[in-house]
Amino acid sequence: MLVVIDYGMGNIGSIQNMIKKIGGKCLVSGDPETIDKASKLILPGVGSFDAGMRNLRELGLIDILNKKVVIEKVPILGICLGMQLLTRSSEEGMEKGLGWIHADVIKFDSQNLKVPHMGWNVSIPQKQSRLFVKSSREERFYFVHSYYVKCDQQSDILTSTNYGIEFVSAFENENIFGVQFHPEKSHLFGMDLLRNFVEL
Amino acid sequence: MLRSRIIPTLLLHKKGLYKTVGFNISKGKYIGDPINAIKIFNDKGADELVFIDIDASKEDKEPNFSLISLIATECFMPVAYGGGIKNVQQMKEIYSIGIEKIILNSVLLYDRSLLREASGLFGSQSVVAAVDVKKNIWGKPKVYDHIRKKCTKFNPEDYILSLVESGAGEIYLTSVDREGTFSGYDIELLKSISKNCSVPLVINGGASSLQDMSDAILIGGASGVSASSMFVFKGIHKAVLITYPDYKDLEQIVGSNGGK
Repeated sequence: MLVVIDYGMGNIGSIQNMIKKIGGKCLVSGDPETIDKASKLILPGVGSFDAGMRNLRELGLIDILNKKVVIEKVPILGICLGMQLLTRSSEEGMEKGLGWIHADVIKFDSQNLKVPHMGWNVSIPQKQSRLFVKSSREERFYFVHSYYVKCDQQSDILTSTNYGIEFVSAFENENIFGVQFHPEKSHLFGMDLLRNFVEL
Repeated sequence: MLRSRIIPTLLLHKKGLYKTVGFNISKGKYIGDPINAIKIFNDKGADELVFIDIDASKEDKEPNFSLISLIATECFMPVAYGGGIKNVQQMKEIYSIGIEKIILNSVLLYDRSLLREASGLFGSQSVVAAVDVKKNIWGKPKVYDHIRKKCTKFNPEDYILSLVESGAGEIYLTSVDREGTFSGYDIELLKSISKNCSVPLVINGGASSLQDMSDAILIGGASGVSASSMFVFKGIHKAVLITYPDYKDLEQIVGSNGGK
């Protein structure tokens, strides 16, 4: 069963709804026992990095997530803040991230750019992936964020997006996927991506 | 870079969708059920939707949170909501439901405290200031007060500058005279505002074609264009048909705005 992790960071109604729309099934839960039974995970999230990590810790989810993702290699998709939490650290806070991807989170240069980066933008594939199977199409997604992910290894970068600089809009390493944009607010493009994840 | 947005505006009246002419509901027409319209816009891939409850402020009612919640979960694209907002508690509830932006209008006419407080609390990108402009009896464009149904003394350019100073993250500009008329956007008005507007500017009122939208973006300097009639009516008899242009057509006509 696909479990959407509910750790009190933002509304997850539209993610749940989109999964239903594409014919998938999911549970929404913040309970370690339920998460332990998951065959696939989505870590959503809107809010600040430290609040996100604190909530995961207070719900007792960090050990179980490490077990599921690192040992059992269950596929996980981090969305927006959920993606950023999969990295080591963020300039937004002091807490350590989950650290599964060799990457850090950096603040956009607000002197020269309108921050947050908010609106529709294009994600340019950097490698083949099961998340993006229609390779000929321009992939457009809805973004809202003030911080972006910077990966150590080019091989982890799945898509990049241009906003003043080129940043990592999606990464993939084995069973670990992260997207900076909101597939649940990116209608046709988001549905295809979530369907591909659900069908992995 | 970010693209120019094409935004259907949907008016909520007595829990249904209506389309007015010149802000006049008596000349309006029932369009249908909001959720059905959302489903069509999801399938057509609309960039963003704007919902405005045209009763809430007039009748001094609370926003209809259960309807807004239904809208938020059904919309697979970003949504802005306006209507009846008077305080940050209401705004907090609407954001927590999953609405990305809140539109303030009549509450801003004579008092900026809510705008300042809201943009400080929620970030200016989630607070949109709507400005209605109508020509007064001497033909001068003035900010229109839709509650009192009269033009104010405010000149649109100065009024909008002061809204941006007070924290508005986006301006949603409607030409009341054009609304529901299919006579094209008021490009002169748009130009006079866009030259000094440092935040995204969306124009609404009068669109009849993609060419009108293209003109508003390329000549008028709009960051986004909004329309209702064009997306809900077909033909001169205004048969209800909810539609949205194909992305390919939009790309050709509208193109990228270079990140505005």
